Amino acid sequence: MEVTDALQQFATRMGDNTLILGHRVSEWCGHAPVLEEDIALANTALDLIGQTQFWLGLAAEIQDEGKSADDIAFLRDVWDFRNLLLLELPNDDFGRTLMRQFLFDAWQSIHLPRLALSSDPRVAAIAEKASKEVAYHVERSADTVVGLGDGSAESHKRMQAALDYLWPYVGEIFDTDEVDDVLSEAGIVTHPSSLKGEYYALIERVLTKATLSIPEDPFAHKGGRSGFRHTEHLGHILVEMQWLQRAYPGSKW
Amino acid sequence: MYAQMVKSTGNLKTRDEMSPEEAHFQDRIDAGEKIEPKDWMPEGYRKTLIRQIGQHAHSEIVGQLPEGNWITRAPTLERKAILLAKVQDEAGHGLYLYCAAETLGVSRDELTEDLLSGRMKYSSIFNYPTLNWADIGAVGWLVDGAAIMNQVPLQRTSFGPYSRAMIRICKEESFHQRQGYDIMMKMAQGSEAQKRMAQDALNRVWYPALMMFGPSDKDSVHSGQSMAWKIKINTNDELRQKFVDQTVPQAEFLGLTVPDENLKWNEEKGGYDFSEPDWNEFFEVVRGNGPCNTDRINARIKAWEDGAWVRDGLMAHAQKKSSQVAAE
Repeated sequence: MEVTDALQQFATRMGDNTLILGHRVSEWCGHAPVLEEDIALANTALDLIGQTQFWLGLAAEIQDEGKSADDIAFLRDVWDFRNLLLLELPNDDFGRTLMRQFLFDAWQSIHLPRLALSSDPRVAAIAEKASKEVAYHVERSADTVVGLGDGSAESHKRMQAALDYLWPYVGEIFDTDEVDDVLSEAGIVTHPSSLKGEYYALIERVLTKATLSIPEDPFAHKGGRSGFRHTEHLGHILVEMQWLQRAYPGSKW
Repeated sequence: MYAQMVKSTGNLKTRDEMSPEEAHFQDRIDAGEKIEPKDWMPEGYRKTLIRQIGQHAHSEIVGQLPEGNWITRAPTLERKAILLAKVQDEAGHGLYLYCAAETLGVSRDELTEDLLSGRMKYSSIFNYPTLNWADIGAVGWLVDGAAIMNQVPLQRTSFGPYSRAMIRICKEESFHQRQGYDIMMKMAQGSEAQKRMAQDALNRVWYPALMMFGPSDKDSVHSGQSMAWKIKINTNDELRQKFVDQTVPQAEFLGLTVPDENLKWNEEKGGYDFSEPDWNEFFEVVRGNGPCNTDRINARIKAWEDGAWVRDGLMAHAQKKSSQVAAE
């Protein structure tokens, strides 16, 4: 695999992660449990969509077919998406939404600062900017997970249920392939497997503080990162997200 | 400003009828001084302000819903980001308006309960649906435009915290209005379908936007006292006229038709003649019979009830932490 192809795949994965999670988080608009959370969720979604513009912009640039980040976001079908399955799962309650946010923020908070040292200046610049936002996201989502995990009996129960539900989707973060091998070889990315210990240490520290039990079953659902098999949920996200672009092709908005 | 028909508590008194405290209070207002939360104020002033600021805050919160309706369907990443930023601003406006109301001795939770039980209102405009993407443009252009028309003078309102909140809000609202107009420009210059969306949005939003200023002065019974207290600066009709005069040339520039056959420039008065909105419809919307009243309030009730365990959980955690600190 050529480095260029690998980098295009990588940028697509990064952009799809933030696009799909940004979509999910934005579904909360106007429905959060408290006004401060409405503001924080909108802010998080806004950062994620901003990161998407950079990553998918890079993917489009490398692809060099005259496409824009919008073309990539709005004109692909399910099989071309490369986001983690974790991020396309429905929001369910606020507890599951924040638990997922934490599990992803924790990964981003470890991954992005390494990418900021990338030998590719474009990757480094995007990661540098995004890592500042993510440092704030992870602080907030970790605090909320701790607050609700170690809160009332009801909130503890809900956070444990959220963790149990999401846990089988966490392992996909480390379902690496040739893309990761080629890019780490080229000094463009740090291989995710080398960050695995650090990631699990971080989430274990926070989840323990939240008085939650980490499920023992190591089983991991896979297929989002590779594009082989998404969940049924992604298609519905795309129906909604892409509707205007699909119904009125070629329009300027 | 999203306050309509705020009932003013207290009849307009003549100087002779005022107590020495009331006279002194009125002198301060007449001299352009700001009233601060710890200052003496008539009970009617306090109550009217709570209603007005509370209604404004509620409008910001409920106002997230019609725009939130399009975030997941925004047609480009940039439009999505701009809309998210705007809705986030509005939630922020709600937050500092609630804070301003709290300085008058009412809690945010009490105000929320009053909204959810229907004792307090929010602006009638948010009981109308957003049906196509151009509605998001029309909301920014017309709804935020009408809000700014009302809020700019309120920066000079007599109550300090409210005035300061308005100064902050006005800065952000003008950005909101510009982005709305920018969407309308793209639509009006776009494909036939886009033009149709733009005209359809204008047709539906025009009269509800005119209603935002409240009933005609001749039917507006609460204005006198509020104006003496500088809680209200201009009359409803003055602001409505100003809004029409500003907006009609913008619609013409877009190539859109304002849905009013009687709209005509009146050289003599230096403004447009225009049709009044259907006030019966307005009073029905205020009574709860707008197209979206039930859905909007149910959405807020659901958010509040579904979120109870979150608020309780975080409170329980905070209490554990503070008792740990106390024990150490």
